[in-house]
Amino acid sequence: MEGQVIELAYALDTFYFLVMGAFVMWMAAGFSMLEAGLVRGKSTVEILTKNIALYSIASIMYMVVGYNLMYPSDGTGVIPAVSFFLGGDNAAADVIASDGDIYYSGLSDFFFQVVFVATAMSIISGAVAERMKLGSFLLFAVVMTGLIYPIQGYWKWGGGFLDAAGFSDFAGSGVVHLCGAAAALAGVILLGARKGKYENGQINAIPGANMPLATLGTFILWLGWFGFNGGSELIVSNVAEANAVALIFVNTNTAAAGGVVAALLFSKILFGKFDLSMSLNGAIGGLVSITAEPLAPTPELALLIGAIGGIIVVVSIILLDRVKIDDPVGAISAHGTCGIWGLVAVPLSNADATLGAQLYGTITIFAWTFIASLIFWGILKAVMGIRITNDAEDVGADVTECGIEAYPEFKK
Amino acid sequence: MIIHASNLRSKNMKLIIAIVKPFKLDDVRNALSDIGVLGITVTEVKGFGRQKGHTELYRGAEYVVDFLPKVKVEVAVSDEMADKAVEAITQSANTGKIGDGKIFIMNLESAVRIRTGETGSEAL
Repeated sequence: MEGQVIELAYALDTFYFLVMGAFVMWMAAGFSMLEAGLVRGKSTVEILTKNIALYSIASIMYMVVGYNLMYPSDGTGVIPAVSFFLGGDNAAADVIASDGDIYYSGLSDFFFQVVFVATAMSIISGAVAERMKLGSFLLFAVVMTGLIYPIQGYWKWGGGFLDAAGFSDFAGSGVVHLCGAAAALAGVILLGARKGKYENGQINAIPGANMPLATLGTFILWLGWFGFNGGSELIVSNVAEANAVALIFVNTNTAAAGGVVAALLFSKILFGKFDLSMSLNGAIGGLVSITAEPLAPTPELALLIGAIGGIIVVVSIILLDRVKIDDPVGAISAHGTCGIWGLVAVPLSNADATLGAQLYGTITIFAWTFIASLIFWGILKAVMGIRITNDAEDVGADVTECGIEAYPEFKK
Repeated sequence: MIIHASNLRSKNMKLIIAIVKPFKLDDVRNALSDIGVLGITVTEVKGFGRQKGHTELYRGAEYVVDFLPKVKVEVAVSDEMADKAVEAITQSANTGKIGDGKIFIMNLESAVRIRTGETGSEAL
């Protein structure tokens, strides 16, 4: 190819990559609004503080060490080489000399990766909402985004042993979503349920404060997901790749729609009512389900994969409630259970994937993240505590952790 | 302007407090205007009656809503207007279904218009 064509393709792919990354960054807003909508009013400021803080901590920790751990210059396949801070970017001469093999900016790759870490961390924030100490959560965020996430990310996307074993995870049903959910599950088990959630053998509803915000948050996540999956193709600058990205957009959208419709109808059959919050979880469940393989399926298969995800998320939420795993926003079900479904569904359309390798990767990611998280949550619990006091929970974390209410003016 | 409390005892007025369904507020306001009531005060309130609230469903779990939202309308009228006002509220707020609300009527000892200092029914 001519040098100018190569430079133009490089610029186009980098531009596409950065914009897709910015879409994924916006998912932080989606998580914030979804979570703010599904918790009670007295926990609003705390969960918003948590969300903007975790995004920032993830950005810093991944820049300092996480990115280098996940994409190391060297490693054994299990343990990556350790180095710190980001390197320089590609020189034009090298790009042209590579004849198209180097097709996007190195820093655009960092940017696209860093917003994924933040997504994994956001998943945890909703599950532990309303009762966790903010300081303990933020310390966990440091370890999760700087160490726990990058290590398992290296095993797959960094070219480690899971990648070598033929494990397939296109955009991160496992590496991002199952990982976040496994860390959340470990935290919730050590943390316990919200006060009053399970009493006298009953499961008590704790309705979210603001359904419009929860719905807005879900739509924002849905939008962000086009970047999440569409950007994971990594290249757009020729007809075949442009078509691939378009198919990913269509499949991603279709799977989410399937998840919503399935969850809506399923909740109507189960409860006799059209359940909005379950439908919102259905959208996320459908999106997570298609994330492991958004390129190979036809849109029809994507619809089916998403719809099954929408059913799975409702069943999973009900079953977790039965065993007293209190997840106010359904994050463990939408990202964990549907993440597992997405991973095992890859062989349905991708002939290179095997069920065995998918299960191997699924179990490895879950086991590593769950155990490493359990250990660190356990250390935090022993050293400084992870749960706010009984009285603080009554008053609400907004006042006790952040010193302010979300709506401080006199209200009805 | 000095207002002596002793001058305020006129006892020829009624204070009507009506608890009605929120979506009936416009009808009640119009019905009261139609019979010549010049002002009302409205508050959003919650409460329960014989049904003791109702159940709602969140993520598959039923829960009891103990207090239902209502609107409290307060109207101060002269005695001769009171019956008409009560009738206007009764008719306009009536849906025939449970939870239509209640009306409480009490003697009103006095009233003062803050801007002018007028008292009694002059102040209504």
